[in-house]
Amino acid sequence: MAETMLAADGTPLKRSLARALRRQKLRALMLIAPLLIFVLITFIVPIASMLFRSIENEIVQNTLPYTVQELASWDAATGEVPDEPVFEAMYFDMFIAAEAKRHTRLGTRLNYEQTGLSSLFRQSGRKLDDLGKDIQKPLEKLNGDWKDGETWYAIFNGTPADTALLATQRARVAALTDNPTEGDVNFAPRADIVQLLPKTARAYTAWAVFEATQKDRDPATRDPWEALPVALATDLQTADLSTYSGPGADLLRAAQSADLPTPDFTTAFVDMDEDWATIIPWQTIQTHSSTYTGGYFLNAVDAQKTPEGIAWQPDDKQILLKLFGRTIWMSLLITFSCIALGYPVAWLLANLPMRKANMLLILVLLPFWTSLLVRTSAWKVMLQQQGVINDVLVWIGLVDDANRLIMINNQFGTIVAMTHILLPFMILPMYSVMQTIQPSYLRAAKSLGATNWTAFWRVYFPQSVPGIGAGSILVFILAIGYYITPEIVGGTKGVFISNRIAYHISSSLNWGLAAALGSILLAAVLVLYWAYDKIVGIDNVKLG
Amino acid sequence: MADTATDQAFVEFERVQKSYDGEILVVKDLNLSMPKGEFLTMLGPSGSGKTTCLMMLAGFETATHGDIRLGGTSINNIPPHKRGIGMVFQNYALFPHMTVAENLSFPLEVRKIGKSEREEKIMRALGMVQMQDFAGRRPAQLSGGQQQRIALARALVFEPELVLMDEPLGALDKQLRETLQFEITRLAHDLGITTVYVTHDQTEALTMSDRVAVFDDGRIQQLAPPDQLYEEPQNSFVAQFIGENNTLLGVIEKIKGDTCEVRLDDGSIIDAKPINVTEVGQRTRVSIRPERVEMDKTRLNPDAHTLKAEVLEFIYMGDIFRTRLRVAGNDDFVIKTRNAPDQIRLTPGTQIDIGWMPNDCRALDA
Repeated sequence: MAETMLAADGTPLKRSLARALRRQKLRALMLIAPLLIFVLITFIVPIASMLFRSIENEIVQNTLPYTVQELASWDAATGEVPDEPVFEAMYFDMFIAAEAKRHTRLGTRLNYEQTGLSSLFRQSGRKLDDLGKDIQKPLEKLNGDWKDGETWYAIFNGTPADTALLATQRARVAALTDNPTEGDVNFAPRADIVQLLPKTARAYTAWAVFEATQKDRDPATRDPWEALPVALATDLQTADLSTYSGPGADLLRAAQSADLPTPDFTTAFVDMDEDWATIIPWQTIQTHSSTYTGGYFLNAVDAQKTPEGIAWQPDDKQILLKLFGRTIWMSLLITFSCIALGYPVAWLLANLPMRKANMLLILVLLPFWTSLLVRTSAWKVMLQQQGVINDVLVWIGLVDDANRLIMINNQFGTIVAMTHILLPFMILPMYSVMQTIQPSYLRAAKSLGATNWTAFWRVYFPQSVPGIGAGSILVFILAIGYYITPEIVGGTKGVFISNRIAYHISSSLNWGLAAALGSILLAAVLVLYWAYDKIVGIDNVKLG
Repeated sequence: MADTATDQAFVEFERVQKSYDGEILVVKDLNLSMPKGEFLTMLGPSGSGKTTCLMMLAGFETATHGDIRLGGTSINNIPPHKRGIGMVFQNYALFPHMTVAENLSFPLEVRKIGKSEREEKIMRALGMVQMQDFAGRRPAQLSGGQQQRIALARALVFEPELVLMDEPLGALDKQLRETLQFEITRLAHDLGITTVYVTHDQTEALTMSDRVAVFDDGRIQQLAPPDQLYEEPQNSFVAQFIGENNTLLGVIEKIKGDTCEVRLDDGSIIDAKPINVTEVGQRTRVSIRPERVEMDKTRLNPDAHTLKAEVLEFIYMGDIFRTRLRVAGNDDFVIKTRNAPDQIRLTPGTQIDIGWMPNDCRALDA
């Protein structure tokens, strides 16, 4: 056995075989390539990226990079509001975010976790300029040159440049705006000024990159943001200008010796909104600052990530778990009604003479030729209180006119309409399996002494189980993700989890949660599929 | 068979007719009676009504008219599961979702037989077909021959007095078929089971049966033991259906007791035995078995009629030689000779004289 088999030319047989098969495989691959590429581009990639959103949480990190950094050392358990450096970082982060109009987006994201943060961020973004004006005005009064963008440019631009700072700010703006920041910005932070005035240099670089790449404007001639005087005032508190002789040295010395107001970021934020004086917003930011989060999944099962760990929503707010439960329960009911209604039909189809069976098959397939929307709407017409069924029941006197049955906009309506719509998916696999069960089995059973019922139950039914299994998987998987029909006839009590997903995709725009819900749905289907494979065996599934 | 009271007919068809559509009779006036323990084969081409008869006996089809009796009582209104008839199907009909043992257990379970007795019976039935080692297998894991054995064991496990077999060996290769033919007959005789066997294979019918009923056109054409059927066919359908046969067409020239003279279409005269011809001038089909044709004049009666024949083809078949001749304008006249050391091997083109004993040459309906 140790010796490998050799082909006639002396190469190992396995390699020889592989070579011979390679061409065949390649041809097969080329045949499926168009479809594969199509599915990959239009289906798999978008779905994968959508699902990725369920754990992706870069928005906090991207919007408030320096705040997150400063907050890392803060311990919420102390109950104290964070220190001044956190507020300071928050001010500069918020400022550029507000300029890029990204702060409201972050507010919306954090609002999923903590109600009220959306409006807090929106309002604070509007009031941010107040602090800047408090410092900008005295500075410009001191020397009119500060009004001029070229003054600032002259101070911060030059060589040798701090390329590292430029690169980090490029990356930061790119992350914040989701736009590329490559290309010439006509600015390079000079290394000595970066040393001397680090915060101002950082803010100016960020501004310059933003101006040049996002607004397509030359930073050399533009007036910088109000945040820059604030940054300058902060830096000048500690900067040692004694040896500095670069551009604007006199201006800077004059500003340092002048009695500029000291920026008090904490007070400024509390003035904007008292909520900043509580630990709640800070705690939320800190808890959800990681790049990847299980938060959406927790939300999807009515739980929440808090600084203390995972917390369940109060009972009256638990809707999603109930909705999952209802979706599965109703899908099961629909599947069972389909089995109950479809089995006899499939049996008839398989046992009638050819011509009659074909006729019946056309009747089964007829719904496929009608639009799904039309069929669902037809059920609306049938089931509503002034609808056909109620009218008939009232007319024959079974139901009192005042007490017409409520059969729509509830679970009953959803189950009836979906059973009808999904019935062909049950009948067809059952039919194709039953077709292969020869009538001689039943005859054999009867000749062996079995009654009609025993023959059916012990001989025919077990052989038709693969068809029931295939139909059930098909119907259940279709039902669990059904959207249109529950949306139209389900009212509030008969909707499925998919309707909730659609709501989060199109109305609340909480795509992360929608993606998490979708992922859970997908996982549930895969688990069921796996369980079915274990119990019945997927080989037993026949679709035709 | 014997005419004692206990040996009276076990299975009886009396004036049975069957029609599926109310227009065509598939079975026309069937009368048949079988004693207990007999192995009877229904033989016929497809569409001859033999399977319909079997299905009526099993209870899957109802007779349109007439009476079917089993052990003296009419079973027309007894549903199949109460008839207690074992049945072997053409495609075996082994339940694919059950193991061999479960398949055999099925008829016992529906009869509410206890577990230990059940196991004993299953093992005994498997023993009968030498399949004890396969109890745990599923039908799909067995070869065709093995499946057939199991089907047989299943039909026998509940000890029915009557077993029906519907072309059970049709799907097997020749060698296996021969082995199983032997096994089935042995079992049937050893267990004393009455068997009705349906087939379209005449070799099978001849080798296995006590009696063979040849079906055609909804009627039994002849019901006789195999040797009689082969050697003394009652009409030209049976003669042509059973075994190989040479036929010559002619007109009855003279009838004298149990011999007659037939003038063939080319004018030559031969001797024959009249079977179902009655008058002079009637068209007849004369039938001679290939192995009963004689080339050696010395072995014939001196006054026997002979015919000129031209050898067209000589085929060496191992145990026998098969020679095709042109006789009285018929190019398909075949003779078979034993491959004996002194046997002549004829070459095509040779002219010879052939003849036969008048008893072997049967004048039948045309």
